[in-house]
Amino acid sequence: MNADIRPIRTPAEQAILASLGTVPEGGDRLADLRRAAARAFEENGLPHRRVEEWKYTDLRSLMREAVPVAGAAAVAEADARARLLRGVEARRIVVANGAVVPELSDLADLESGLTVTTLSAAIAAGDEVLSRLGGIQPGRYDAALALNTALAKDGVVVTVAPGATIERPLHVAHVFAGAHAAASYARSLVVVGEGAAFTYAESFEGPDGLAYQANAATEFVVGDEAHLDVVRLQEDGTGAFHLATMLFAVGRESKVHTFSFSLGAGVARTSLYATLSGENSHVGFNGASLLKNRQHADTTLYVDHQVPGCESRELFKHVLDDSSRGVFQGKIVVRQAAQKTDGRMMSRALVLGDDAEMDNKPELEIFADDVQCGHGATCGAIDDELLFYLRARGIPMKEAQSLLVQAFVGEAVETVEHDGLREALVERAEAWLASRA
Amino acid sequence: MAMLDIDNLHAKIDGEHGKEILKGLSLKVNPGEVHAIMGPNGSGKSTLSYILAGKEDYEVTDGSVTLDGEDLLEMEIDERAAKGVFLAFQYPVEVPGVATMTFLRASLNAQRKKRGEAEISTPDFLRLVKDKAAHLGINQDMLKRGVNVGFSGGEKKRAEILQMAILEPKICVLDETDSGLDIDALKVVSEGVNALRSPDRAMIVITHYQRLLNHIVPDFVHVMNKGRIVRSGGKELALELEANGYAEYQQDAA
Repeated sequence: MNADIRPIRTPAEQAILASLGTVPEGGDRLADLRRAAARAFEENGLPHRRVEEWKYTDLRSLMREAVPVAGAAAVAEADARARLLRGVEARRIVVANGAVVPELSDLADLESGLTVTTLSAAIAAGDEVLSRLGGIQPGRYDAALALNTALAKDGVVVTVAPGATIERPLHVAHVFAGAHAAASYARSLVVVGEGAAFTYAESFEGPDGLAYQANAATEFVVGDEAHLDVVRLQEDGTGAFHLATMLFAVGRESKVHTFSFSLGAGVARTSLYATLSGENSHVGFNGASLLKNRQHADTTLYVDHQVPGCESRELFKHVLDDSSRGVFQGKIVVRQAAQKTDGRMMSRALVLGDDAEMDNKPELEIFADDVQCGHGATCGAIDDELLFYLRARGIPMKEAQSLLVQAFVGEAVETVEHDGLREALVERAEAWLASRA
Repeated sequence: MAMLDIDNLHAKIDGEHGKEILKGLSLKVNPGEVHAIMGPNGSGKSTLSYILAGKEDYEVTDGSVTLDGEDLLEMEIDERAAKGVFLAFQYPVEVPGVATMTFLRASLNAQRKKRGEAEISTPDFLRLVKDKAAHLGINQDMLKRGVNVGFSGGEKKRAEILQMAILEPKICVLDETDSGLDIDALKVVSEGVNALRSPDRAMIVITHYQRLLNHIVPDFVHVMNKGRIVRSGGKELALELEANGYAEYQQDAA
């Protein structure tokens, strides 16, 4: 007798499966990738707490509502909603409900060595760069990425020519517009050529109180001796699900630095996969989450050292107010060939709310014998002695707390190299602190 | 009316079985006066300083403290500071990530705001800090660093005096400011304190050793033991204590 061991499909899963029915047939590689991703979702569904990588973020029970795939956004609304990082001198591209809005995007007069196009245009044109898309695979089933691969129709495709230094950051402003909850999918690809230097920023925002889903995945292919800085600012609406995937393939002697700032969404999951396949590279994956009310934010890293002599640094900070919940999972894998690897990972949490929770799960998996790796995690309240010292100088309680929280987050934000972006993030942190009752 | 009036102060460590530390301490301090409080370890000197500043680890069970006739014990910690109470800490804490300049400015402006005064302008503030810091041998690098981060013991004490000089309090409580200082640092710190002596300002100098009082010459010396003041006198009392120790007072109280 064959028992059907398939779990009952939740309404959310049923809606997603209905959306997957629209994945087009076709003979090319991209269509194959899409169908494979759709099949993987059909088999595995939304992850739940018995799936180790989603242990603390049970998406199956968190994401109950069935929502359709988002339609095109009204240009005026998208424009009005895209507020983040506006003060930063950058080339701006607006992606609303998963599609690039040409009217709001600065695609003209590109710097020499920079090409920017949309995923849909690249597909239509049969652009050769798309052979890189889907080239970085996490090596395990990731529901958010699978759905993105199956359903994303648009996004940004950027190439930086070998040797080019692009001073002005490229800012991709993702926004959700509309009065009804829907799911948006955006897929982007950034290819940084050998010896090139580039700064990429992405922001996310949308209306509060609406259970929309923002699913974004960006692949970064970093050439030898290249330098890439990535800054992401997530301020999706309070009811939103933010599901993000960042994938990195890092060449030889290159430098990659990311900072991921998470302040928004009801439930946010940011997965970062990095494959270090060129020797002597340096990567720094940093970030901070400032959470309040019942917000839930999960950052999950997977750094795979495949070759010798690479250095990886991870520093993540969580500030948890009210009954919010922070999750940090970080795994550093050091393959047998990856001798002289130097990996350090640190997660620190500051708990402000009585009912807040932090879950830390750092992991090291080391197959080489000549490496230096370490990880640490701390979790605690604001130090009373520090508060007393500040207050004894006349600084009121709330301001003293703000100064100490800012200092705590500052250690991570300071790692952002670009002055304008760093200042903008500091300003967002200040706004968050000011909004505390 | 005395500026600071401590009357029959009783206090214990907060908690159900908290030990009683102050057992009926009385002290009146007038503007312009410098009072030294000396006494053996565990006599309650530091507790007194913490209670004046408003630390929440203690419970006042009896007695009163007024500043210019106002009930000090009813005030929040930051309110006391704005009213002019300044505690120079025995062990100033390190505050990583908060630059000394930021801290000084936040403190000064918070106090001014509470007193209904305008915030200090940036040029005025920079001039003020530069002037006061120079006298205390505090360089620009220290001002840019996190509060007390990586400072030596002497540097921390100098930084406390700098804060005091900038905040211009009414009543300064110096809790063992001499501890951990070498002779040269003691001189710099003492000069900094003496520069702040004024007819409008009072000081309570807590110390174990007469040495500090050679530099900061007090108007009154009090001996504290087991939670109360057991003897008061002029500056010559400090010399007597240096010669004879505290043994006599400890026996008396036993």
